Amino acid sequence: MLEEAQVQTLARLARIALEPAELPSLAAQLSRILSLVEAMEAVDTTGVEPLAHPLEPVPRRRPDAVTETDQRAEFGAVAPAMAEGYYLVPRVIE
Amino acid sequence: MSATDYPRTVAGMSAGLARGAFSSRELVIDCLGRIARDDSALNSFITIVEEQALAHADAADARRRAGQAGPLSGIPYANKDIFCTKGVRTSCASRMLDNFVAPYDATVVTRLAEAGMVMVGKTNMDEFAMGSSNETSYYGPCRNPWDTSCVPGGSSGGSASAVAARLVPFATGTDTGGSIRLPAAYCGISGLKPTYGRISRYGMVAFASSLDQAGPMALTAEDMALTLNAMCGVDPRDGTSADVAAEDFARKLGEPLQGLRVGLPAEFFDASLNPAIATTLQVAIRALEQLGARCVDIQLPTTRHAVPAYYIIASAECSSNLSRYDGVRFGHRCEAPRDLNDLYTRSRAEGFGAEVKRRILMGTYALSTGYYDAYYAKAQQLRRLIRDDFIRAFADVDVIVGPTAPSTAFGVGQKTADPVEMYLSDIYTTAVNLAGLPGLSIPAGFVHGLPVGLQMIGRHFDEATLLQVAHRFQLETDWHQHTPALKD
Repeated sequence: MLEEAQVQTLARLARIALEPAELPSLAAQLSRILSLVEAMEAVDTTGVEPLAHPLEPVPRRRPDAVTETDQRAEFGAVAPAMAEGYYLVPRVIE
Repeated sequence: MSATDYPRTVAGMSAGLARGAFSSRELVIDCLGRIARDDSALNSFITIVEEQALAHADAADARRRAGQAGPLSGIPYANKDIFCTKGVRTSCASRMLDNFVAPYDATVVTRLAEAGMVMVGKTNMDEFAMGSSNETSYYGPCRNPWDTSCVPGGSSGGSASAVAARLVPFATGTDTGGSIRLPAAYCGISGLKPTYGRISRYGMVAFASSLDQAGPMALTAEDMALTLNAMCGVDPRDGTSADVAAEDFARKLGEPLQGLRVGLPAEFFDASLNPAIATTLQVAIRALEQLGARCVDIQLPTTRHAVPAYYIIASAECSSNLSRYDGVRFGHRCEAPRDLNDLYTRSRAEGFGAEVKRRILMGTYALSTGYYDAYYAKAQQLRRLIRDDFIRAFADVDVIVGPTAPSTAFGVGQKTADPVEMYLSDIYTTAVNLAGLPGLSIPAGFVHGLPVGLQMIGRHFDEATLLQVAHRFQLETDWHQHTPALKD
């Protein structure tokens, strides 16, 4: 079971603003999902190596070579706020 | 030639274009007309690119006159709105990306363009591909053409609905836990999730990177083979795209099924399977036996725990992948942020819908200190056991057959109140993604007027056998030819 305070902590970690009114239903839904997930405990997995990726061995690496061209203008064009080639955010240091 | 006379399959259009029966421009105009006439009842498209499509059709016709046409040149199609398209909005059905126009094309989009295919639009989907019903879309639910009060399945619901309604002969989809196969089953079309790594993920908006895989959605196995030929191949831009030799996926379509060993997992045919679906599948399995296949009872014991393992792994990867939406570099940004944290938290609160937020929070929980071993590590251990179950089974059988979904399409709104009930729609599909195997769904009958899907699972990189079995089945049955009658 997840308490409302735990949901608030998760939302802070995930950088999602929540209204207090959203907490009770979210806590109930997440708790319900956890009760589904906890069925996993029934399986004995002692000594089983976790599988992070369906392709083993690990994916190949590409050569460490510069392949991208300068697309600063294209990527800047989809940003919410830009000035002089930089992303704008609210002041961080007062 | 009147509009209704055009062939509806990729193979039929390809043959007609080759012999000059019609032009790509005529086909594309017909497609756009069908979308204009029928899609208001379906909502299967988010964006339509009429001018671009006509220009590309003209270019394809010019190449054909110059003797440079390939088998797919000039054939119209649609992309799920998860594939980046240069100059055309890629929304992922999220408010977060409502204003996002990618500066580049996904590799899949590039390859299909190189094959000469003509994109007519981008299809509806669950937001960031998180859903089993296409109801989490920011642009409203898509509808099932067999019954517009029902969902088309998700997350690639728009692609399935558009192909089923014969608006386009082919559409791309992506499948993280069943998102190609489930809507293919609900809408009565054919859909293939290839082996993990078969198709480049470059330019495909990421949900759960160790599970996501693109694939074709079409009316026939033959059409899936033809389009898969164009979609796949190693890509230097995706380190997980598999470096395997190119092959022609249509090469085995004509081969008979004599001696084929078909595995029937006890876990897929137990008492929990809907009896009407079980009966429909038994008839389909008998048809395979009459074609020369031999059925073998098998066991996949750990697949019973695939849904919990899947929802932990997918949510964990999603919480990490979606951290990129910060309101700074692209996507939605809230009005008048007070400070940087307010910018992040409010942009994300406004940009993401309820299901996406639930999964991010669940993934954040599963990855947090003190819970990591109990949830994420445990799910990854189950993932290995599930994969090993399949590898063991494939020592004795060539393909595994079962249901795609536990029910036929359900009503819009019927399962939105309880996320767990929605998650259980994926009970037969998620294990395939966890194991990285290829799987497809083809139409195998109807229950109360709604299509039933037959799922087939193959060995890693053995899509050719799956397509062969599906094609032979479709030569003997006509379920894939049934067409929904849309009411005005």
